[in-house]
Amino acid sequence: MSQTGTGTGTHEATAAASRVFEGAARRELDAILKKYPTAQSALLPALWIVQERQGWVSPGAMAEVAEVLGLTVAYVKGVVTFYTLYHQHPVGKHFAQVCTTSPCNLCGAEGVVAALLTATGCKRLGETSPDGLWTVVEAECLGACGFATPVLIDDDLIESVTAESVPALVARYR
Amino acid sequence: MGYPHPSHPRETVILSRHFGDAEARSLTLWMKRGGYQALEKALGMSRDQVIEEVKASLVRGRGGAGFPAGVKWGFMPKQKTKPHYLCVNADEGEPGTFKDRELLRWTPHALIEGSAICAYAIQAEQVFIYVRGEFTEPIRVLQAALDEAYARGLLGPNVLGRGVRIDMTIHRGAGAYICGEETALMNSIEGKRGNPRIKPPFPAAAGLWGCPTTINNVETLCAVPHILLRGAGWYKGLSLSNPKSTGTKLFSVCGAIANPGNYEVTMGFPLKDLLYDLAGGIRGGRTLKAVQPGGSSVPFITAEEADATILDYEGCAAMGTQLGSGGMIVYDDATDIVYQVMRLAQFYAHESCAQCTQCREGTAWTTKILQRMLRGEGRMEDLDLLFDLGEQMTGKTICVLSDSCAAAVVSAIRKFRPDFEAYIRSGRAVPA
Repeated sequence: MSQTGTGTGTHEATAAASRVFEGAARRELDAILKKYPTAQSALLPALWIVQERQGWVSPGAMAEVAEVLGLTVAYVKGVVTFYTLYHQHPVGKHFAQVCTTSPCNLCGAEGVVAALLTATGCKRLGETSPDGLWTVVEAECLGACGFATPVLIDDDLIESVTAESVPALVARYR
Repeated sequence: MGYPHPSHPRETVILSRHFGDAEARSLTLWMKRGGYQALEKALGMSRDQVIEEVKASLVRGRGGAGFPAGVKWGFMPKQKTKPHYLCVNADEGEPGTFKDRELLRWTPHALIEGSAICAYAIQAEQVFIYVRGEFTEPIRVLQAALDEAYARGLLGPNVLGRGVRIDMTIHRGAGAYICGEETALMNSIEGKRGNPRIKPPFPAAAGLWGCPTTINNVETLCAVPHILLRGAGWYKGLSLSNPKSTGTKLFSVCGAIANPGNYEVTMGFPLKDLLYDLAGGIRGGRTLKAVQPGGSSVPFITAEEADATILDYEGCAAMGTQLGSGGMIVYDDATDIVYQVMRLAQFYAHESCAQCTQCREGTAWTTKILQRMLRGEGRMEDLDLLFDLGEQMTGKTICVLSDSCAAAVVSAIRKFRPDFEAYIRSGRAVPA
């Protein structure tokens, strides 16, 4: 990501190439801005809009968000890096988060992780599979401990996943 | 009803009555179930009367801290000189806890109604519902419910034609446990990193954008319509042990348990009965080893202590632990407690916002020491080191994240020292 530089000037070219906040996305952001007394407060929602449309939050998108909300790029990057759900790199077509915190760990979550890596062809956690379809990560507590092991694939939370049920689950997303 | 299993006859089903009842999500069918009568009633009362009723019910914050909700509302200024705000804390992320998720996805209108009543009482025209980013389905369900409530005039510039303005906005988090801490939550809404703020000032004096703010947990607010409709006296009567702990509480039972799920019981219910009678006992017919009754942040108790624990704020305190969020993590005798404690420490290390040295370094160092033990490279003096670290991590930071890590680790060593010593001596867990 270093080739995009750090100064706003360098970012302008990148941002102009694929602007997010045009048309519908701009209207969506404008509606959000009306709900908050400061533009800065729309930062998390704006980053969600970016990620929904582009799949990740690129340095160019951070520059654009900074520009539309009147913030510095450094500030935006500081916020992006604080929150784990914003992807700072491109990820696979499907992004799978497996909860491995203690309650799920007690119910075989680590076996689910191993099975997911095998079924998706991902070599290791956080890496995208060679076919570009999958990225698998461990998540700290998905808040569904009674349905161990929960796996969040994109926006679908799948309850009570076991190592045995993983291959069929992965096949559903092919 | 009940989800994922039918309610048990020994439950006191109030908040969870419609779990599993998909029709209850729709406004029309929710109103057929009695919805929004409490809001109607509240708007006919003075703001002070509403606050007094909630105060008198003695309902305490269900997010974990257990602070009396009515007292918190009473801290808000009576003379409004700046906008007032209500933040709903739906950033449920305490390991072991999954009650707010079910409240959001099955009974979104209960939350909207309770929040509207609170907003009226504290003179807040704007409510931000902070939902953790991973709760994709609950966010969809709640947004649909909000849209319906607006369309029916239950929210907006003129709620129920009474000239009261209440707007509600979902603010989606983006993956940070610490944002469940109320001041971090406010920073996150303001578009900042989720770093907790130094208190004072407390939120009722200077919260969101420096304005008076109240932050309440989802479960607390869902209880409010019932308190308004049936009265504080009725709610106070829901108490089996200590009169300071009133109402019902949702317990999220998980881990090595036969029937995991949420169970709603009256305050003062015996922990033993919850585990063995309601939740079907220990998974696979095994024996109980330990419990964290209020989420991963509360001290461990042994099986013997669990047998004697009464589930209310005072009952848990008497056993040296806390009721917390009611996220009950059950560990059986096959559990490698050292490994699980390492996983918890790792959780806190991952989630530390890294503002305070004691937390940033303490949670990471604790994790490394435990990992070293698990590799068979532990030293006996590591146990004293962990105690010492635990002391440095307690009561010395802006928020209680590091205290929580220390509470779990220190209590586990105190209660299960032979397990840790076995790893240090032989590099292996004690045989179950």
